[in-house]
Amino acid sequence: MNTSRRRFLQSSGALVIAFNLPAVIGPASAADEKSFAPNAYIRIDPKGQVSVVVAYVEMGQGTYTSIPMLIAEELEVPLSSVRVEHAPPDERYYGNPLLGGIQATGNSNAVRGAWEPMRRAGAVARTVLVQAAAQRWKVDAASCRAEKGAVVHAASGRRLGYGALVADAAKLPVPDPKSVTLKPREQFKLIGTPAKRLDIDGKVNGTAQYGIDTRLPGMKFATIAISPVAGGKLRSVDDAAAKAVNGVRQIVRLDDAVAVVGDHMGAAKKGLAALKIEWDDGANAKLSTADILRDMEAASSGSGAIARQEGDVAKALAGAAKRVEAVYGVPFFAHATMEPMNATVHVRKDSCEIWTGTQVMARVQAAAAKLTGLPVEKVTVHNHLLGGGFGRRLEVDGVVRAVQVAMQVDGPVKLVYTRETDIQHDLYKPAFHDRFVAGLDAQGTPVAWSHRLTGSSVLARWAPPFFQKGLDSDTIEGAAETPYAFPNMLVEYVQHEPRGLATAFWRGVGPVHNVFVVESFMDELAAAAGKDPVAYRRAIADPRAKAVLDLAASKAGWGKPLPKGVGRGVAVQSAFGSYLAQVAEVEVAPRLSWERGKYRPVGTELRVRRIVCAIDCGPVVNPDTIRAQMQSGIVYGLSAALDDQITLKDGRVEQTNFGDYRVLRMNEMPRVDVHIVDSSAAPGGIGETATACVMPALANAIFAATGKRIRRLPLADQAVPTG
Amino acid sequence: MTYKLNVNGTVQSVDVDGDTPLLWVLRDVLGMTGTKFGCGQALCGACTVHVNGAQTRSCVTPVESAVGKAITTIEGVGKTAAGAAVQKAWLDAQVPQCGYCQSGQIMAASALLAANPKPSDRDIDDAMVGNICRCGTYIRIRQGIKQAAQSLAKGSKS
Repeated sequence: MNTSRRRFLQSSGALVIAFNLPAVIGPASAADEKSFAPNAYIRIDPKGQVSVVVAYVEMGQGTYTSIPMLIAEELEVPLSSVRVEHAPPDERYYGNPLLGGIQATGNSNAVRGAWEPMRRAGAVARTVLVQAAAQRWKVDAASCRAEKGAVVHAASGRRLGYGALVADAAKLPVPDPKSVTLKPREQFKLIGTPAKRLDIDGKVNGTAQYGIDTRLPGMKFATIAISPVAGGKLRSVDDAAAKAVNGVRQIVRLDDAVAVVGDHMGAAKKGLAALKIEWDDGANAKLSTADILRDMEAASSGSGAIARQEGDVAKALAGAAKRVEAVYGVPFFAHATMEPMNATVHVRKDSCEIWTGTQVMARVQAAAAKLTGLPVEKVTVHNHLLGGGFGRRLEVDGVVRAVQVAMQVDGPVKLVYTRETDIQHDLYKPAFHDRFVAGLDAQGTPVAWSHRLTGSSVLARWAPPFFQKGLDSDTIEGAAETPYAFPNMLVEYVQHEPRGLATAFWRGVGPVHNVFVVESFMDELAAAAGKDPVAYRRAIADPRAKAVLDLAASKAGWGKPLPKGVGRGVAVQSAFGSYLAQVAEVEVAPRLSWERGKYRPVGTELRVRRIVCAIDCGPVVNPDTIRAQMQSGIVYGLSAALDDQITLKDGRVEQTNFGDYRVLRMNEMPRVDVHIVDSSAAPGGIGETATACVMPALANAIFAATGKRIRRLPLADQAVPTG
Repeated sequence: MTYKLNVNGTVQSVDVDGDTPLLWVLRDVLGMTGTKFGCGQALCGACTVHVNGAQTRSCVTPVESAVGKAITTIEGVGKTAAGAAVQKAWLDAQVPQCGYCQSGQIMAASALLAANPKPSDRDIDDAMVGNICRCGTYIRIRQGIKQAAQSLAKGSKS
């Protein structure tokens, strides 16, 4: 990381990162001499083929379509003609302007970061191509225009495709990106229209290449057992039986792990099962989740760093007509990406080559260089499509393991985690402990709001410069700034790092925790005031929040009568630069079990019937992607909020696979209605928004349906009797 | 030991233990990486293939049990009427996101439609409940199956 390129500004308790636009419009990408490559993102060959190098990785969220759309809009080429390439590791050109220049894809900021720079990159290329054509025709460039991959001179009816212009264009000076004129929104042809994804042909015929699909001549296949207790070591391993397995080639011992290398994963897995391993569990041998939560609760009794302070909360509480207190909690969650952690690595004497799917290309390269002792430029990283990211692939631990194994193997080796290893050796979404106190006036309006959140700061580990004065902008997002005007407000953060497991970003990051607790507690205040939950929020919400609340409520039929056992819940959030409101509808219904040839009722179960969303994310790039991401975020949030948690017993993660770490399935999928607000606001994020908002909407709907206020996730078993 | 496997109509020989899961034979020995590894316990459906037309979890299917049977994978399912209709519907409905589970989803959906050309929502639930999607594409999967069913119905009339 090049910290000298970053500046940190303190602004209302949150850290805002400044960046210079020219830093992200880099010089020409490595191109053959016959192509025109005015910057690091665009290359046009003599046949007119446009290649776009996308700095943000594709993990399902649609960036390999939305980022090319931004470029194609200004470059005036049909989207379907654009070929997408993964960016190589190079933070000078592919660093994320909204993550202080780190080459990372996360925090729902791809379109937010790319919105202007990528349109400028396209406009620069178009400007030069028009100039080249004007010179060829000896006319004024202003009399020419670009359309559909060609420059036309309307007065003379002449037309030249971009391919015919690249040789001339490559010789012309490239204008300053800040000097080119961008289209006003009303002239957009592509942005705002539903575009077909550029990455899915291979995803339906089996040819899409994920990191796990890497094939190299002579490669071996490996899987690994890692110390089940964090901080533990490998004491001894008896590998006689494993070595006898047909196809097993080598056993690799590491300080805290042991890997089996074979001719195929079947042999490696069979070999791993045959190992007799003894671990030295170390200091965390007896650790349980209850210990961690007890530590966290104790830490939360002190005061924290002040994330937000308005007025005088103590005075307002003293004078309040009613006082409401509550304690909330969220557990640890695993990522459980469909594609398990894996990387293929070939370590040679003077170089290292890596094939993987990662959200952090340059970090992978740096980590491998550090481990092997090679200079960074001797480490080549080939990125791939990601079989899910969700923050898991912002970490390099899986690649580090693969490099450690490969350093002991002759030739290329692909390390693949089993699902059990993937779940038990994840870095988890942090658990939190939240204390709330609010004061209401005689009309029930909140006059005091106090929130103390206690838990891990992921950013303090992941990018230490972002953690300052006991705070980081992610951990408090959605808590320090809410959509509401509270005249007296105190939000404090107590950093508490758990023993025995590591924490990481997880889809929805800071807001996924804060929005759940803030919007659940707001619902409690509405109930305490005897007010309707939508009207109560509306009265103190800011204008964009009001707009999404009104839209979601009206589309959901808010206020219309429901049958017994059915309830609606609402939540609204301002996070990732977007506003989102959701109304969830749940019912407690008979649980049907397939017995003796038919479905029969066995007890009751919680069923999510419908989620209505209203989203205001500023300019819409691809409305089809926004709908897909709302559905996607909702499923990710529902899975976790209903059923999931990671727990420790004797230092070991108790969950193992999709049997005990549940993911919502087809038969549980609710109807989802998405309504997009026509907005003139600045671009906001999409990928993580719905995961956060759905959790409190669901909890509030459960309250409406059952009268039970559930303050700790997961919800399902608390909402209805199990059995 | 050597086993002869009929994969997508081509017979190929592999030399592995008989209890080796078919998944690893397809992916690592035969190099057909379209079939995906998700859980290794028949819990997620990412590894779904057809064995004699039935949707089968290749991660728990010993290779010896597939000898003498017709194995179809994502690489070959487009040659079947149902498979081609499902793949086209998946593009039309823009189903995939990360796409990693979609080979398995398409295999499960095409086995369903080959056996039941007009599935009800309940039939779709029952056929697809074993295939999880972490990106949450279920709404579009259901839509894709219905579109594929319609196009198959049209095709069989003409």
